[in-house]
Amino acid sequence: MRSLQARQRRSQLMAGVMIAAVLVAVIPLLFILGDVVVKGISQLNLAFLTQPEPFVQTASGGGFGAGIRGTIKMVGLGTVIAVPIGVLAAVYTTEYRSRGPLATLVRFFADVMTGIPSIFVGIFVFTVVVLTTGSFSTYAGGIALGILMMPVIVRTSEEAMQLVPVMLRESALALGIRRWRTIVSVVLPTALPGITTGVLLAMARAAGETAPLLLTAFGNQLITGWGKWNGPENSLTLEIYNNSRAFLPIQQARAWTGALVLIVGVLILSLVARAVIARRTRRTR
Amino acid sequence: MGVLTRSADRAGESVAPTGSADRYFRLLVTGCALLVLLLLAGMLIRTTWAAWPAFSRYGVSFITGTKWQPASGQFGALPLIYGTLITSVIALVIAVPVSVLIALYLSEVAPPRLATSLTYVVDLLAAVPSVVYGLWGVLVLVPFLTNHIYQPLSTHLSWLPLFSDFTSGRDYLTAGLILALMITPIISAVSREIFKTVPDEEREAALAVGATQWEMIRMAVLPRSRSGVIAAVMLGFGRAVGETIAVAYLIGGFPSITDHLLQQGSTIAATIALQFQEAVSTPIWKSGLIALGVVLFAMTLLINIGARLIIRRAERGANGS
Repeated sequence: MRSLQARQRRSQLMAGVMIAAVLVAVIPLLFILGDVVVKGISQLNLAFLTQPEPFVQTASGGGFGAGIRGTIKMVGLGTVIAVPIGVLAAVYTTEYRSRGPLATLVRFFADVMTGIPSIFVGIFVFTVVVLTTGSFSTYAGGIALGILMMPVIVRTSEEAMQLVPVMLRESALALGIRRWRTIVSVVLPTALPGITTGVLLAMARAAGETAPLLLTAFGNQLITGWGKWNGPENSLTLEIYNNSRAFLPIQQARAWTGALVLIVGVLILSLVARAVIARRTRRTR
Repeated sequence: MGVLTRSADRAGESVAPTGSADRYFRLLVTGCALLVLLLLAGMLIRTTWAAWPAFSRYGVSFITGTKWQPASGQFGALPLIYGTLITSVIALVIAVPVSVLIALYLSEVAPPRLATSLTYVVDLLAAVPSVVYGLWGVLVLVPFLTNHIYQPLSTHLSWLPLFSDFTSGRDYLTAGLILALMITPIISAVSREIFKTVPDEEREAALAVGATQWEMIRMAVLPRSRSGVIAAVMLGFGRAVGETIAVAYLIGGFPSITDHLLQQGSTIAATIALQFQEAVSTPIWKSGLIALGVVLFAMTLLINIGARLIIRRAERGANGS
């Protein structure tokens, strides 16, 4: 056997290798975030957030207002679709026959669904919505995002509801309150912070999706009205994608600014999500 | 008094003979649970149906054909399957050791405080949208790699087929590098969870017989985590296979079967994204791309089901002991 010193040196060496691995992952992240801020910040102003891209691509001014509005509309629709279905499915898997075959299957395939490529969901919604209605649309994009959000919401809501003490349910039932009423007025409110966190994280992920929207919302140079949902729609991500693939520096600059807006938006959503969870854990302590 | 009457009302409500509200509610939540499953089945059936023209016309040659040239009516997906696998393998070769080492550091070595904040930073890699990876990759990474790595490599090592035929910096290797970065957070997060299931008693037992920290990891942590780490790697593989937009930026978009890693290529997902807008008006091309989507779905479904089964068994084993 080697000397203790040699063995300890080897152990320290491996700890050093591990730290190096952390740096290998963290340094590119810092470069990405740094580049996005440095290259994006100079163009950022109110006009960028509200104006559409100039009609002539080479012109200066304008912004990603169309895409920002489209992203808000489609993530909103996705949330409206995914939250009720996802939360109620989670109610089934935790409150009713949680060890039964259906609950087990739902849990398992919700996990599997989080690994399905988002472009495939885009293809599915294309065949179901776009081919049926004959047009790319805000609806189609929102439905695609809703499908992508659903499994995340099922799993996080389930975790949140499992943390609700059984005693609370029993107390409610002992008072003669019905099962559904117990769930709606006791279990769900108690689990609300956890559910909210899951929903916010799902929204952040949906806002960053590009591939499924390419096949469903398609993109649109003009700002569409808040009330118009049946025509092609732009998104922040689609505008970044289209502008950064162009050769003109002015378009690439817009793409960087768009990326900055997107990352800030996504980070705000995840920070709020973390804050909600942090407040709950403090309170229960 | 008010409280009393109210709870009395409640009690009366629950012994009411119908109880139909409970039944409807149960029906509603069961329906939602079923819907999640039906959605997955519906996706498979509907897309396969839409892809049928391509599948029935080309049959097995859709998978085995070596030419993907929609303009001349040739739909052979093999170069795309090859591209998907080669980029994913490059990504895994880099990301697996890095991610496992990160997970070991965060769960076994780092002081708890530091581990918490570093975990958050590594998770940030997963929060960056793929379009941003693509943007950064094509405007920053590609020029950097071209000037400082690829050109020297192809000048000095061009006798190695791996590095000959350098073209544009958009190639298999670049796509694989970005994918490595993108799948690192998922592999390290799942590995970390697996390492956590190792009971502390086993760590203490190793340390008690005089093991150093690294020996403790090799004796207690790694052997118990092998299947879980394999599952984590499979999840990362599934992500890499399905990643679309970042790869579409960086792969070049010319399907090819070659071991020259500095040549342009394409993947299944990238081809769908890059050709879709053009293909919409040509029925067989459109159907071909949908068929590609079905192939991609089947691949990722199998990978993910396998990974989840392993993870479930690992967790059950940990709970049982």
